[in-house]
Amino acid sequence: MMKTDALINSLAEDAGPARYSMQGLWMLVCCGAVLTAAAVFLVALGPRPDLGLAVQSLRFDAKFVFTGVLAVSGFAVLRRMALPGAGKRGWLLLLAPLLVAIGVLLELAVLPSDIWLTTAKGSNGWICMTFIPLIGIAPLLAFIGGLRHGAPTRPTLAGAVAGLVAGGVAATFYAAHCTDDSPLFVAFWYPLAIGLLVIAGGALGRLLLRW
Amino acid sequence: MTLLHEDRMAGLLRAALGGDAVAYESFLRDAAALVRSVARNKLGPNSPIDAEDIVQETLLAIHLKRHTWRTDAPVAPWISTIARHKVIDAFRKRGRRVEVDIAEFTEVLQAEEDESAHPADVAKALAGLTEVQRNVVSAISIDGHSISETSERLGMKQTAVRVALHRGLAAISKRFGKP
Repeated sequence: MMKTDALINSLAEDAGPARYSMQGLWMLVCCGAVLTAAAVFLVALGPRPDLGLAVQSLRFDAKFVFTGVLAVSGFAVLRRMALPGAGKRGWLLLLAPLLVAIGVLLELAVLPSDIWLTTAKGSNGWICMTFIPLIGIAPLLAFIGGLRHGAPTRPTLAGAVAGLVAGGVAATFYAAHCTDDSPLFVAFWYPLAIGLLVIAGGALGRLLLRW
Repeated sequence: MTLLHEDRMAGLLRAALGGDAVAYESFLRDAAALVRSVARNKLGPNSPIDAEDIVQETLLAIHLKRHTWRTDAPVAPWISTIARHKVIDAFRKRGRRVEVDIAEFTEVLQAEEDESAHPADVAKALAGLTEVQRNVVSAISIDGHSISETSERLGMKQTAVRVALHRGLAAISKRFGKP
């Protein structure tokens, strides 16, 4: 067995700056994630035809607040998952669900109760379940790649957070296509679709994030 | 870990990242002591896992993952977290080794007949390594090349050669007892 002293001496000869900066790396990863998600979205779905009108609707715009907050707050946690000893700020992950909950309460107050169920079910549920995971695959791989260059001490959890952020990015694009704008629909279907990416991310993390 | 100690180690690591090899050596010695205490604490007495293995694995990880330390963050929690991660990893690897042990036992039985090192034994020792480790260990320990020659021949960085050599030799000695 090589002595610890000998190891220290040989490592000390390699003093100098690290090969990567995590900040630069994440910038690259984010560009890759957003560009690939955009490409898959434009090829597979594209925005809804009445986009110009839709942006004037509060419900349509709220979807981007929900998904955007999920992507950005999730990414802040993801970055920290790669740094040993850093506080993870997990509470940030509660922001998006909290906003959706507020949206749901407002919608329940406004809509008559006999159409709650049909609104939540909507008409795009299965399209949502198919295309959010599909758009999110490439971003998920990009985020896992970013984590691999870091040092995540909880591989499964870090992978799951990567899935959550990929879900946030994918859902932001998907929301521009979907004509079901009610927070009831968002609260019902989006978590199911994003959940698939979270599960996939956790499994990938377990496999790929050992170091 | 006193505050003074923390400041000293953070200062040393910052200097090391600036290319100061002497500072890096002091930092690694301090880090080794810290990791040793974390490892002993977590492993407890009579552990089948050698605390010194954890120290070496952690020092390697610290070196290879030094970009995951933010230069304005405290350095001791960073080191301790990596050390704890390596302890958990060591237990995980041990758990997985149980099924391997039977195969090792039959090898030991066969080896009892003849104790000198056959070329076949050398091949067997190398067989358990990854391809990179095998190339490096055979170049240095068998063919007698230096680290810099090996890094040129294999087109690897010197650090990578050292890491592969260290890991390769550690894997062999774990399998066949101390060389």
